[in-house]
Amino acid sequence: MRLLDIQGLKTHFKTDDGWLHAVDGVDLTLDAGETLGVVGESGCGKSVTAMSVLKLVPMPPGRIVEGRMLWQGRDLVPMSPEEMRKIRLKEIAIVFQEPMTSLNPVYTIGDQLSEGIRLHEGLSKKDSLDRAVQMLRKVNIPTAERRINDYPHHFSGGMRQRVMIALALSCRPKLLIADEPTTALDVTIQAQILDLLAELKAELGMAVMLITHAMGVVAEVAQRVVVMYAGKVVEQAPVRELFAHPRHPYTQGLIRSIPRIDLAATAKPRLEAIPGTVPKLVAPKPGCRFAGRCKHAKPSCSDADPTLRDVGPGHQVACFLDVVA
Amino acid sequence: MSPARPPEGARSLPEGQGRRPEGVPSNSAAAPLLEVKNLVKHFPIKGGLLSRTVDKVHAVDGVSFSLQEGETLGLVGESGCGKSTTGRCILRLIEPTAGEVTFGGRSVTRASKEELRALARQMQIIFQDPFASLNPRMTVGAIVGEGLVIHGLANSAAEIEARVAKLLETVGLSADQMRRYPHEFSGGQRQRIGIARALAVDPTLVVCDEAVSALDVSIQAQVINLLQDLQQQFGLTYVFIAHDLSVVEHISTRVAVMYLGRIVELASAHDIYANPRHPYTEALLSAVPIPDPTLNRQRIRLQGDVPSPIKPPPGCHFHTRCPIAQKGLCDVQKPELKAISEGHWVSCHLRA
Repeated sequence: MRLLDIQGLKTHFKTDDGWLHAVDGVDLTLDAGETLGVVGESGCGKSVTAMSVLKLVPMPPGRIVEGRMLWQGRDLVPMSPEEMRKIRLKEIAIVFQEPMTSLNPVYTIGDQLSEGIRLHEGLSKKDSLDRAVQMLRKVNIPTAERRINDYPHHFSGGMRQRVMIALALSCRPKLLIADEPTTALDVTIQAQILDLLAELKAELGMAVMLITHAMGVVAEVAQRVVVMYAGKVVEQAPVRELFAHPRHPYTQGLIRSIPRIDLAATAKPRLEAIPGTVPKLVAPKPGCRFAGRCKHAKPSCSDADPTLRDVGPGHQVACFLDVVA
Repeated sequence: MSPARPPEGARSLPEGQGRRPEGVPSNSAAAPLLEVKNLVKHFPIKGGLLSRTVDKVHAVDGVSFSLQEGETLGLVGESGCGKSTTGRCILRLIEPTAGEVTFGGRSVTRASKEELRALARQMQIIFQDPFASLNPRMTVGAIVGEGLVIHGLANSAAEIEARVAKLLETVGLSADQMRRYPHEFSGGQRQRIGIARALAVDPTLVVCDEAVSALDVSIQAQVINLLQDLQQQFGLTYVFIAHDLSVVEHISTRVAVMYLGRIVELASAHDIYANPRHPYTEALLSAVPIPDPTLNRQRIRLQGDVPSPIKPPPGCHFHTRCPIAQKGLCDVQKPELKAISEGHWVSCHLRA
């Protein structure tokens, strides 16, 4: 049994212009202990997918229109708020991009860390505070026993993200969803946080779903990668396979559009920009959503929706064409 | 024209910072287009009942460099290193506390208001946030054409319109979009509008302040390519400010790495990557994620955070996080930027 098996998920939002198809038929699986990278640009639906799993999408205006999300075999979609509350943090936890807005400014770090532990593990106030201190030590916060009395504003951005990770892991979840956890951080701090996540994953053995727009971060962290575009999964593959043999023209363009610092200055190719912009997701047209920007597109690409098909071991692509990079 | 008055605040250097560098890091013997000497910017922190200045942020702490025409100098560093403040001080959008900026042989720091306006035509800036830097109540045509009006570069409304149409096409938009408002454009298109606005007055120098940082990678590539094309076409000189080392290294001829208000290393884009000498540059490079999963890289881990620029550490600003710092030297004595080879400048007691 898969740890998480998302089948045909559609999460739409009601807007003034009509229903916005933010996530529009996403299939995605995750095994225990696996690190999955979910990559794509703004508006591709990667974060909404993550928020849907935890049922944190504001409803209304959001709505899970279709699909199943099997968590260890149980469908999360029909679950009541009470049932979801038992799953959040205890089984699936999330770290957001902005550690500033995801911590409550008027409670101490200790209060915020121990609350979940107390509720989920049934520990006493003192024991849950002890566990909070342990967790802060685990994420390398110096003098943790004193710092639990501090408020979020006493911490720097990198430190706050460590606190968020400590909070997310405080009940030993089986899955950690990290939604752009390092995007707001400087590169040396990003490196610290990515190293920390890798260490904790090795120690605690949880699965990680890393959501990011940064191909470099995916390459360094993920075992398997899902590429999303305009609300759909366009390609998925093991990480080395994806970077060595990307099969979707969007993935190929994404990889070639990144400046490469590791290439000699003399050998630098001009960046390959993908022309145009992401299509509007209100009343999307049928057919491949990337066709409008794809240099290989044929008129027939807009006739029907491409579905994921196997092109290699664990490698699937949603493209009618065979474009080899 | 009124005689050049020194602007408020740009008087002599404070004590101890008045030593001129051995030479200002430059690339060649030819007269530079832009020269920055010992640039200092302190922001006062007001507090207390009478809001007196209780402390100051040492945003830029003695920065010197020069730039040849047609070159791109990258300024790179993490939040709070002073790279954006440096960029704004060059144009005097922020008044420098001390130091000297010369553009085409004329002093920017000592320029009068009228002189500064004339200089502003030749020195333009593109900002990071294309949502905040375009007036939402102005049409794109009015935004792009404003510089032409202010500097009297066009004689009639028809001429302005023709010039704006041409500019929009130059940056990859269409002329019929000039009657639209900024909110009708995507992030990448807005950044193109910002570029067209900067180009309108036919500048020589363009400061790009995190100009592509807010964009998605596929759009970022479009804008980087556009900036490179425009540089070729119009012979522009860029100061390219960004926190993304890969982007800076890609677009720049030379790169200055900044840390807590000072340049720690300045070299050609190739040398910065192939032969970094400053321990901070090394750490920064090793932290950049590379989109190649087959690489197995050794990362130099920096401990802790960047110290506060309100009380920067004494001596070398980096010594508190430096893996090779020597007690009694690095924490006491301020290192100077020294040339270790042709065009490669390093500010480190142990490596230069």
